[in-house]
Amino acid sequence: MRLTLINVVIAVVAAIAFAALNAAYLVWAERRGAARIQRRPGPNINGPFGLLQPPLDGIKLMAKQLTIPGGADKAMFIAAPILAMFPAIMSFVTIPFSDTIVAKNMNVGILMIFAFASMGGMSLVFAGWSSRNKYAMMSSVRAVSQAVAYEIPMLITTITVVMITGSMDLMEIVRQQSGSILHWNIFPVLGNSHNLLMPFSFLIFFTCTLAETNRAPFDLGEAESELVAGFHTEYGSMGFGLFFMGEYANIVVGSCLTTILFLGGWNCPFGLFPGVWWFILKLYLLIGTFIWIRWTFPRTTIYGLLNLSWKILIPLSLFNLLFTAGLLKVF
Amino acid sequence: MNAPILLQPDETFILNVGPQHPATHGVLRVKMEMSGEYIVNAETVIGYIHRMHEKMGELKTYPQFLMNLSRMDYLGALGYSHCHVLVVEKASGIVVPERAEYIRAIMVELNRIASHLFWFGAFVMDLGGFSPLMYALQDREHILDMLEAVTGSRLTYCYFRFGGLYNDIDDDFIAAARRFIPRMRKSLKKYKALVTGNIIFRKRLEGIAPLTPEMCRKYGASSAVARGSGINFDVRRNEPYSVYPEFDFDIPVYHECDSLARYMVRMDEIEQSLRIVEQGLDKLPGGPIMPDKKPKIIKPPAGDYYQAVETARGSFGVRLVSDGGKNPYRLKLRSPTYSNMHLFDEACRGMMIMDALAFMGSLDLVIPEIDR
Repeated sequence: MRLTLINVVIAVVAAIAFAALNAAYLVWAERRGAARIQRRPGPNINGPFGLLQPPLDGIKLMAKQLTIPGGADKAMFIAAPILAMFPAIMSFVTIPFSDTIVAKNMNVGILMIFAFASMGGMSLVFAGWSSRNKYAMMSSVRAVSQAVAYEIPMLITTITVVMITGSMDLMEIVRQQSGSILHWNIFPVLGNSHNLLMPFSFLIFFTCTLAETNRAPFDLGEAESELVAGFHTEYGSMGFGLFFMGEYANIVVGSCLTTILFLGGWNCPFGLFPGVWWFILKLYLLIGTFIWIRWTFPRTTIYGLLNLSWKILIPLSLFNLLFTAGLLKVF
Repeated sequence: MNAPILLQPDETFILNVGPQHPATHGVLRVKMEMSGEYIVNAETVIGYIHRMHEKMGELKTYPQFLMNLSRMDYLGALGYSHCHVLVVEKASGIVVPERAEYIRAIMVELNRIASHLFWFGAFVMDLGGFSPLMYALQDREHILDMLEAVTGSRLTYCYFRFGGLYNDIDDDFIAAARRFIPRMRKSLKKYKALVTGNIIFRKRLEGIAPLTPEMCRKYGASSAVARGSGINFDVRRNEPYSVYPEFDFDIPVYHECDSLARYMVRMDEIEQSLRIVEQGLDKLPGGPIMPDKKPKIIKPPAGDYYQAVETARGSFGVRLVSDGGKNPYRLKLRSPTYSNMHLFDEACRGMMIMDALAFMGSLDLVIPEIDR
């Protein structure tokens, strides 16, 4: 694809629209899903199946006054919610949805996504630091230690995948998984590696995605029974709205990445009709799992969370990396 | 713009948890001195919804005060009314018909189950799991419907009268209660699978907030707080009242002293209350629900009377000092949550805030009952 102005505009608009629409309607899906789990109707008044709820919520949030608490650092306070949303949108630029639908394919696509993903933690720090609120401050400190702890096993697991495929190009990674489900990185029996530890890699990666996106059971940053609303305690109006949308956009990015790295991207499980619909199907199944987990499990503790990462996930992923390297050397 | 506050590494800061905070379930304020996430010192500040129930007891006549008791603990109201009517009946020598006492026991136990169910949901919500609350409220709804049909209200009952009851139970109630018992047993199995067996849930509670039996005695703790620390005390068995000696039920006691033990005691108590309701329905005698002979105006002879009962939150006592008049001279209410809550100040020192708030949830605090 040539990099003309019109292409760039289309790509940017598409990325923002996809992220925003997903963020808005995932809130709806989450509320409906939670309602189903809890045997209650959920939002069903506005429009069919409550489908008009997200735009109306958006209007409500925009109509509210944006208050900045006295003593807050204004520049940081305003920058934080923007920083929460923007890395997620940027990540969509390089994510391939099928072999033709991709804004800009890069040969270091994974690196770019991780670079932007680590900026997400910064928004939490900004929000907590600038709010001048003890709860927000405690929450942002938690969020930083959490982000540091879970980026490591996530990156190590990604390196395992990169070693198998020998490429950081997301399209190349998917291409190598083409064929049936047995070629996928989650269970690579017929692919070019025969690493039977990959299902565990997938679990580690998925757990890290949960933690990186601040989702339950790792939602310590916004543990409402302890820290009121966590880092966004002082935010109202669209500032809160952006944090909320940023969370869901990050979930979509994390699920996209999981689909590409482990679940064969747009490949069909039976090797038939590869295409974008498979990608979308896998993506929403993963997101559905996110919602399902959130409404089933209670929250962990901060030390339980850090212990899980430093004592279990990091050693396991390191071992897996070593094992994979050994396998590659042997075969 | 305010000047920035620079905090030294060894300096502590004060965190006000409450009076409006999602974890305190009411207007309780805890002033916590924090060092990072660790609590150095905590002080519970109460009195935000004090309504002078004890003073009202002195100003109102005995029947007028009946409805006040259910405003103390809105979740397990009947146990409190029960204690009040028992002490007044004891003072004025009113004999209650047997049927009325059986119905009282059934109602109180149903109310206890409803209260424990609400606590269960709120406790798991404190730990971050939201769905069990909805399941628990659905089960509780059945009880509230049953009680509403007989007593006329859903939370703040005024059902017990001096000498008996306001309304007799009918066949519909008995059928509904019989239907409810197996349903609740099934739900208990579900809660066990969904919550009790959950690894995150257990890790958050096991070994957290150990309360020694000495400490429980020192503060006068009761209910699951004491029984989770190995103190085998339940007013229903140790100082029997009403028709409880007729029933065959166990007092669950755990010796682990941690938050999980307190949780387990309450979950087991639901099963024991179901057993009492079952036996009460089987043994329910016929007859009147009000005594034939009852003084028109309640005027207990001068004296000092005390009665304790086991409510959902622990041992509740009413001390009645009468001077022979239409109003009590003094009506002292000993509420269990008040004693249970004061454990928190001492026990939470050195704990992390999230463990401390989970511990607070396991105490089952109902704030209007502390600030009576």
